[in-house]
Amino acid sequence: MTMSMKRSVLAGAAAIFLSATALTTPAFAAKDTLVMGVALEPPHLDPTAGAAAAIDEVVYANVFEGLTRINENGEVIPALAESWEISEDGKTYTFKLHAGVKFHDGSDFNAEDVKFSLDRARAADSTNAQKGLFAAIENVEVVDPATVKVTLANPAGNFLFNLGWGDAVIVASETAEANKENPVGTGPFKFGKWTKGASIEIVRNDGYWGKPVALASATFRIIPDAAAATNSLLAGDVDAFANFPAPEALPQLAADSRFAVVQGSTEGETILSINNSKPPFNDIRVRQAIAHTLDRQAIIDGAMFGQGTPIGTHFAPHHPAYNADLINTYPRDIEKAKALLSEAGFAEGMKATLQLPPPTYARRGGEIIASQLREVGIELEIIPVEWKQWLEGPFKGDFDLTIVSHTEPMDIGIYANKDYYFKYDSKPMQDVMAKLNETSETEARYALMKEAQSIISIDAVNGYLFELAKTGVWNAKINGLWKNSPVQANDLTGVSWSE
Amino acid sequence: MNMPATNPAVEPPISEKSGWDRAIASRSFLFGAAITFLVAAMALISFFWTPFDVTNLVIANRLKSPSVQFLFGTDHFGRDIFSMIMIGARNSIAVALVAVGIGMAIGVPLGAWAAAKRGWVDEILMRTNDVVFAFPSVLSAVMITAIFGPGAINAIIAIGIFNIPVFARLTRGSALSLWSRDYILAARVSGKGATRITVEHILPNILNLLIVQGTIQFSLGILAEAGLSYLGLGAQPPMPSWGRMLSEAQTMIALAPHMAIFPGVAIILTVLGLNLMGDGLRDAFDPKLRGEN
Amino acid sequence: MSWFLTRRLVSLLVTLLFATVVIFAVLEIIPGDPARLMLGINATEEAVAALREQMGLNAPLVTRYLSWLSGLVTGDLGTSLTYSSKVSELIGERIWISLPLALLALFLSTIIAIPVGLFAAARRGKASDTGIMAATQFGIAVPNFWFALLLVYIFAVVLRWVPSGGFPGWENGFWPALLSLAMPAVSLALPQAAILSRVARSALIEVLGEDFIRTARAKGLTKNQTLWNHALRNAMIPVVTIMGLQFAFLLAGTIIIENVFYLPGLGRLVFQAITQHDLPVVQGTVLLLVATVVVINFLVDVLYAWIDPRLRSSTR
Repeated sequence: MTMSMKRSVLAGAAAIFLSATALTTPAFAAKDTLVMGVALEPPHLDPTAGAAAAIDEVVYANVFEGLTRINENGEVIPALAESWEISEDGKTYTFKLHAGVKFHDGSDFNAEDVKFSLDRARAADSTNAQKGLFAAIENVEVVDPATVKVTLANPAGNFLFNLGWGDAVIVASETAEANKENPVGTGPFKFGKWTKGASIEIVRNDGYWGKPVALASATFRIIPDAAAATNSLLAGDVDAFANFPAPEALPQLAADSRFAVVQGSTEGETILSINNSKPPFNDIRVRQAIAHTLDRQAIIDGAMFGQGTPIGTHFAPHHPAYNADLINTYPRDIEKAKALLSEAGFAEGMKATLQLPPPTYARRGGEIIASQLREVGIELEIIPVEWKQWLEGPFKGDFDLTIVSHTEPMDIGIYANKDYYFKYDSKPMQDVMAKLNETSETEARYALMKEAQSIISIDAVNGYLFELAKTGVWNAKINGLWKNSPVQANDLTGVSWSE
Repeated sequence: MNMPATNPAVEPPISEKSGWDRAIASRSFLFGAAITFLVAAMALISFFWTPFDVTNLVIANRLKSPSVQFLFGTDHFGRDIFSMIMIGARNSIAVALVAVGIGMAIGVPLGAWAAAKRGWVDEILMRTNDVVFAFPSVLSAVMITAIFGPGAINAIIAIGIFNIPVFARLTRGSALSLWSRDYILAARVSGKGATRITVEHILPNILNLLIVQGTIQFSLGILAEAGLSYLGLGAQPPMPSWGRMLSEAQTMIALAPHMAIFPGVAIILTVLGLNLMGDGLRDAFDPKLRGEN
Repeated sequence: MSWFLTRRLVSLLVTLLFATVVIFAVLEIIPGDPARLMLGINATEEAVAALREQMGLNAPLVTRYLSWLSGLVTGDLGTSLTYSSKVSELIGERIWISLPLALLALFLSTIIAIPVGLFAAARRGKASDTGIMAATQFGIAVPNFWFALLLVYIFAVVLRWVPSGGFPGWENGFWPALLSLAMPAVSLALPQAAILSRVARSALIEVLGEDFIRTARAKGLTKNQTLWNHALRNAMIPVVTIMGLQFAFLLAGTIIIENVFYLPGLGRLVFQAITQHDLPVVQGTVLLLVATVVVINFLVDVLYAWIDPRLRSSTR
């Protein structure tokens, strides 16, 4: 988990706010085009050379495919690999590839491409943002054009899942370098056109090896602003937002029969991150005081218009091992918070900075939190930052407080990494996570996960706010868009219009 | 806002003895001054009292329509919009006023210097002026806030820099015409130095012009500040600013139109007041220009 | 005339050169290492150092300025740090939104302002004149982005006549593209129309007071004929001047309006580039906008001198 921090943050940034699909204007025949709104523009379109979730939101499953892929429910299913066999010792994977697959440039896909892609991703000079996914690979061997054998150094239970990431898609050696501007994959859609700053178009690949898609083309329109997102839906310019960025407009949209408003779950724990190594926040009493001061429901209501589930620890509420009792570890209690602060030597109050990245949850949530902390004498200076500044500042540990949503699934392991940006260094937590990695039995794993949740909750490492809601809004006649977001993607392969 | 009260005596050569009297008699000046006074009073009162504390967010009160309790309604954080507009007035006025002050403090001496020296000093100053003038104000403001970060102070600097060439040009132009007048020539013949002539004769004679231009730049400053705040580059939360209130209102315009209407009206009224005042003053000082923009 | 032209041309070039120095210097101060920005957070120090070398960032300031300047002359503005495209290509794409938008706004502002100014001048002092002048005062005071918000609400959200924002691209048809520029252009045009109609009115009033107009009236032309045939043509000089300045303003004024309507034009490009510290794009776009202003000022000066020979002897 720890190696994917960068992704988790960027994915958080991108995944949360943006992604949307939409259909365009009404037509007389059944529609076969879709306009989907997305909030962030990708820096380029090569998922094997960048961490931005905005890349996967366009190309994952649509343009590029891997050996395996992840479906709407977070399960691993076959993609370019028709089937596979795993050796007894769990170290050798033999993949049987689909026949008759062609890249969009007309060249054949075969085992050589798989070897090229995996070796390229794990090479020493690789620019793959998730090299860790391939760390277990010892050797990739071409058995015949339709068979690939991958040997691992150690058994890795999540290897097939890892191969389903956007970073593990299969590319052709001839076109790999040009994929940033002109992506060439094997998927059911081909890259069409990219109008910088405005939209990216993909069109149906008529030579697709699998089930043809219903859409003739799809356009991802870049709409970074919540107000414009609402207006573009109402005006019919955009037909869908997989992740609608303006919670305040949801009642209005839900009441409009043209739209379907679909609530799904995310993996996004939204937290008030605290720099645990920096005085005065290295004093647990100060952190506890903050925890006692936070009014989660007010934050959810004020920043997200009620969309979101309060959390008391860093864990997704829809997970079976989630410990819901931890919401009450530090109930809101202003007097207690003040007492803790004066015990810590801040009876007269204190000042700190709060850096806020662009998403709504952070910018609005930050204003509310600043107002709440002012009640106990903590004066926060609000500093709005762009994602780039955030990555160079807070994410490198240079901050007092910040707000961010961690959208990586099962990422509680970041609390065992003392170098992670909020600098939490706890032997008990590190021990629990080490034990968890060695444990395979489900009940025992759940127990350890609960213990970990409890440790970080009691230590008040960060201010645990809420689990982000994923609200998709789209034209009610669209079928096949994802309800949940187990990975950052806008899979359009199953999308169609009714009528 | 209290410019009429602070007006110093006007020197005789250009006859404007009755300028202020004429201004006070003009309807547009009076109307503009009344509005400006109202906005300024609101800003001053906000230092001591507002109906509600805008730093204390009461989420339960959010998005209330205008009522007796909340005159202009509340925003998405449950803040009283009337109180925010009062404090926002303080912010707008402060930013615009200081920015005009910077423009005058630097631009006027530069312009006067250029007019007194002529030659290469004039040439260099005016070319520099052209360059600064060539940067569209929003653009330079965005660049400045990118360097120093967003905030009210940097908005002031950005708007202030744009005001410098305006005052430098105005001062130079009007000073040049004065330098050729007989009474200035007389002063030169009597041995007065350029600095002394500038301070004693030139500046007092262009003061009214500067005040008129200052009023207009003031209103442009209010608009510029609103634009910067709208882009998120002006005063930062929790300090309310009219421009930011509008950008926050944007996503909620269907839900709570009052959030967009009142700050917009506040900006329009303030700018209108200042412009009417400026027009009234100009008409009073220079009847030839009456009606010109 | 040619002496005047040469003088102004030299001063134009000096101003432009000066502007390049200012732009380059200002952007030098902006914090952030372009190499690191390009490579991202996980890049190793060696990789960043290598890229710095490759990008020529280690060269002395003056060398870098000169190489940027020589690039400018050949039309090479460098490569964007956030998009992997040439700056000149990015600008080339986006100018086809900002330029039509500014022209459309200028057109709208003119067709509103000239008749209004004419009407007000013809009825100088009457109630309708006073009313129009009050309305223009109001128009000047309205922030264009607030007006834009109202337009979006009324025409896109409630009435659904026009798109709320975004741009379909010219290749998808002329009318849809034009329609998506309609509201932005109207928002930009309104305050400008208010200013222009005031200028037009006072220019007309001034001209109407001059001798040749009195002569024309004395020859028996009606008041309206006089207005159309003589006064308007002569009053055009200040009006055209203001229009020149407005065009430059409108091109830059798109920064805010393009942000309201999500138009991928120059204004949005430069705003995004500044917040993302994409220096080559900022340098290129800012220089283009500044050069536009300078050139328009030059043309206005020349126009002035051509019309009024007395001005040729002075430097303004």
